[in-house]
Amino acid sequence: MSITSVLKFNTTEDVKLLDARGPRFGAVLTTIVLAAILVTGSLPLLVWQLGVFALGAFAGPQASPYAFIYRKLVKPRLSGDVPTEDSRPPQFAQVVGFLFALTATLALLADATAVFTVAVSFALAAAFLNAVFNFCLGCEMYLMIARIRSVISKRKTPEDSYNLPSL
Amino acid sequence: MDNYLPILIVFTLATAYGLWYQRSRGKLKSKSSRAGKPALTASDIGHDLGARVTLVQFSSAFCTPCRATRALLTDITADLDDVVHVDIDAEKNLDLVRRLDVRSTPTTLVLNSAGVEVGRAVGAPKRADVLATLNGIK
Repeated sequence: MSITSVLKFNTTEDVKLLDARGPRFGAVLTTIVLAAILVTGSLPLLVWQLGVFALGAFAGPQASPYAFIYRKLVKPRLSGDVPTEDSRPPQFAQVVGFLFALTATLALLADATAVFTVAVSFALAAAFLNAVFNFCLGCEMYLMIARIRSVISKRKTPEDSYNLPSL
Repeated sequence: MDNYLPILIVFTLATAYGLWYQRSRGKLKSKSSRAGKPALTASDIGHDLGARVTLVQFSSAFCTPCRATRALLTDITADLDDVVHVDIDAEKNLDLVRRLDVRSTPTTLVLNSAGVEVGRAVGAPKRADVLATLNGIK
């Protein structure tokens, strides 16, 4: 039986497909830049990477300068089948990267060195894992976030507290 | 040297995690049915159980290997009358996700004819492993 039953899961929705090697190449460049930021504590470099994450997160992975470099310099030299992927998983990773880079930038401006180091370290770990091990951040993080979020929203819901006894 | 300590820690820990990640993701682990957990029913998964095996896949939107897993399992079950593949949006079925302790996507459960979980793969499973598991279930 070839039945793929889908519970409220919309597979017919138009999914934007990307060349999957683009985000992976972007992760390599991101790893190098974040490593340099972690060692030097350079604010200009951090602001640059924050901007790269912002473009990837809000305009889509293809809008990232690293995607541009991939299209211009790397892709023309590659041959063979193009592996594709949905644009949403890499975009999710860019959003997470943006939040860490934003935290790091504010921390550096406020001279909070420990916060800066931890925030850049997490972003670097994620980029490195993506570049080397093809790590899927959305796969690992998103469901946990959804689970935690639903627990919090359940706690906020008052239980029958507005059911006043009828007179 | 102080400047290089954080980066050394990050690369060491991330490499250790990455090696574990690479090894564990996609591996189809069989589970003993003696665990005593209640079986899943058609109403739990929103679809009739397969006569022999049901493959219950949990997917999410921000998940590249979910597409590959869906395509693989759809393809494998296409020729098998007694095996059913069900794809569930994890985010919209959080109670079920919590009950089954699904932590990441894709996670695929292998249920026997009684609806008891006899195997589980976290990450995209390999075709040969799925076929071997299916062959082992009567």
